[in-house]
Amino acid sequence: MSTAKAAPRKAAPAGPKPVSYREALTQAMREEMERDAQVFVMGEDVGQYEGAFKVTRGLLREFGDRRVVDTPISEAGFVGIGIGAAMAGLRPVLELMTVNFSILALDQIVNNAAKLRYMFGGQVACPIVIRMPGGAGHQLAAQHSHSLEAWYSHVPGLKVIVPATPYDAKGLLKTAIRDDDPVVFLESEGLYAKKGPVGGPDDLVPLGRAAVRRRGGDCTVVALSRMVWVALSAADALAEDGIETEVIDPRTLRPLDLETLAASVRRTGRAVIVEEGWPESGVAANLAARLYEACFDWLDAPIARVSAADVPMPYAKNLEQAALPSPAQVAGEVRRLVGRGGG
Amino acid sequence: MAKTRSPSARDAVTRPDAELMRGMFETMWLIRRFEERAAEEYMRGRIGGFLHLAIGEEAAVVGAITALRPTDPITSTYREHGQALARGSDPRAVMAELFGRRDGLCGGLGGSMHLMDKERHFYGGYGIVGGSIPLAVGLAFAIAYREEDSVALAMFGDGAVNQGVLAEVMNMAELWRLPVVFFVLNNQYGMGTAVERASAETDLFKRADAFDMPARQVDGMDVMAVHAAVTEAARLAREERQPSMIEAIAYRYRGHSMSDPDTTREGSEKERWQARDPLVTFERVLLGEGVVTREEADAVRAAAERAVEEAAGFAEESPEVPPEELARHLYADPWSDDPRGGAAMPPRKDGS
Repeated sequence: MSTAKAAPRKAAPAGPKPVSYREALTQAMREEMERDAQVFVMGEDVGQYEGAFKVTRGLLREFGDRRVVDTPISEAGFVGIGIGAAMAGLRPVLELMTVNFSILALDQIVNNAAKLRYMFGGQVACPIVIRMPGGAGHQLAAQHSHSLEAWYSHVPGLKVIVPATPYDAKGLLKTAIRDDDPVVFLESEGLYAKKGPVGGPDDLVPLGRAAVRRRGGDCTVVALSRMVWVALSAADALAEDGIETEVIDPRTLRPLDLETLAASVRRTGRAVIVEEGWPESGVAANLAARLYEACFDWLDAPIARVSAADVPMPYAKNLEQAALPSPAQVAGEVRRLVGRGGG
Repeated sequence: MAKTRSPSARDAVTRPDAELMRGMFETMWLIRRFEERAAEEYMRGRIGGFLHLAIGEEAAVVGAITALRPTDPITSTYREHGQALARGSDPRAVMAELFGRRDGLCGGLGGSMHLMDKERHFYGGYGIVGGSIPLAVGLAFAIAYREEDSVALAMFGDGAVNQGVLAEVMNMAELWRLPVVFFVLNNQYGMGTAVERASAETDLFKRADAFDMPARQVDGMDVMAVHAAVTEAARLAREERQPSMIEAIAYRYRGHSMSDPDTTREGSEKERWQARDPLVTFERVLLGEGVVTREEADAVRAAAERAVEEAAGFAEESPEVPPEELARHLYADPWSDDPRGGAAMPPRKDGS
């Protein structure tokens, strides 16, 4: 992933065979469950059915129903139970079938998980991981296509992870499970089949460290989750015209590695931010503000944002594609900024 | 009792001994005097925010908590000063928390609605009606997961019964046979709305029928009755992994909070309930059985007054919360001392 134009297969270093983002997550859970008896998995259809996206495949067989718990369809209830269990020192890894259903559990996540340590003066920890597949692109329409990174990263007390590669999916999930704070772990449904290298049982990816996915001096593109791949695709096209794009993946939104983002923008003088969520009060809006504060004097052009259209997701395939950020849109924004003076 | 199974069969054998009864009496008076003093301090402006008083609910609180082992975890609502005191939290630390001072139970970060004393397995007061009940079930889940023999007690009010999340977690508690007791302290009003205006079935314990869970109603003004009911419910949970629900009928004498002018309730209604004040009726029982003398009862009240006086003095003397505490407890390892930059990592020293 570190070299320009690399297709993921070529980017894989020699060694273990590439695995899917889905399997990378399964490996992380399996390894952490083997390592720590306090870790358990809970959610709707995570056991016998092996998960709506098969991310928990094999776990019930291996660990039994004490540690792989199928719940009724009661998101607020089982998330709250997980939070209570975490207060008692267990390390629940909850699967919300999709981020869309997490809205039913929002009170538990925001009013309880995010607040316990603080409002009780540090007496209690809440070491819970709440996994939520999300994003659009499969014609699932208005209620099954959310990207709620902005909502969760708005909340102090939560940690928010947005992995884009199999390596990060595994390494960051392992870190999240070992973390003593509540973590919202946002997976992209569109990336489950994506293959790439992954680390071994001891390869953790730290929180708060962005990854530079491609080096380039003309414009910085900050992209989240699946949008990293959209940005890399745009970068390939731009390179054919001699425009070198630096693609940065923050990997975690809380904590945020502002330093790596700002260092890149100071070097290139330009920034495009790409997210799959809505534009109003979105992650891109926030990152743009942070980068203006940190890099205003270095900017050669206003920061640009590429977000989803400001509408509920339409069903019609052509409209859905029109609503989502595309490589062409990202490339267009980069060209616009690069054409606007400066280096 | 409808078709509800009753956990009352063994009530007769669970009568507390004289020492425990004296202790219950002392705690009830401590709560009464503490709440009265808190109201005074609120009027003086030393306590901010919301202040919800449990005057009138002492029997329900003390009867339930004394029926448990000190290591059984409890969750409560925002009306939880009494729960903390009944669990043995230092009244000085509780009052200092209400004052928002450094020596408060939660270092001044929680306030009246968010008392918590982990050392005493009191898992806190919560401000969202019904929102804390799943946490108690989660504590019970952890007990079952670790194959321990504790019991979790979820205390909540009649208002919480109509929150959907209660049905969700009662279902899971029964489905998974978790060691938890759902304790509804029915004080007749969800803020200003009477139970009969909020619940289609006013016998709230019957909700348990839907989950095939045993449940019963008990006189929440009678500390002995509450103690007996919770003792049996705890036994069921501990020995048979059978969750249950108890509805204690009580009455809060004051409005919902200190800012509630309490205009919706009839004065005669309050007088009717105050005529069977739980402290007065319990004292009559104790005198009748020779557990305390009149002089000893007076001494209990005097001791409660002294403790509360001392608590208020301590809270007043306690320093303000240091400004550096603003973001200290946000995360296990805070990244930033600057709350504005709470989400950002501090500059790295290794230059990577």
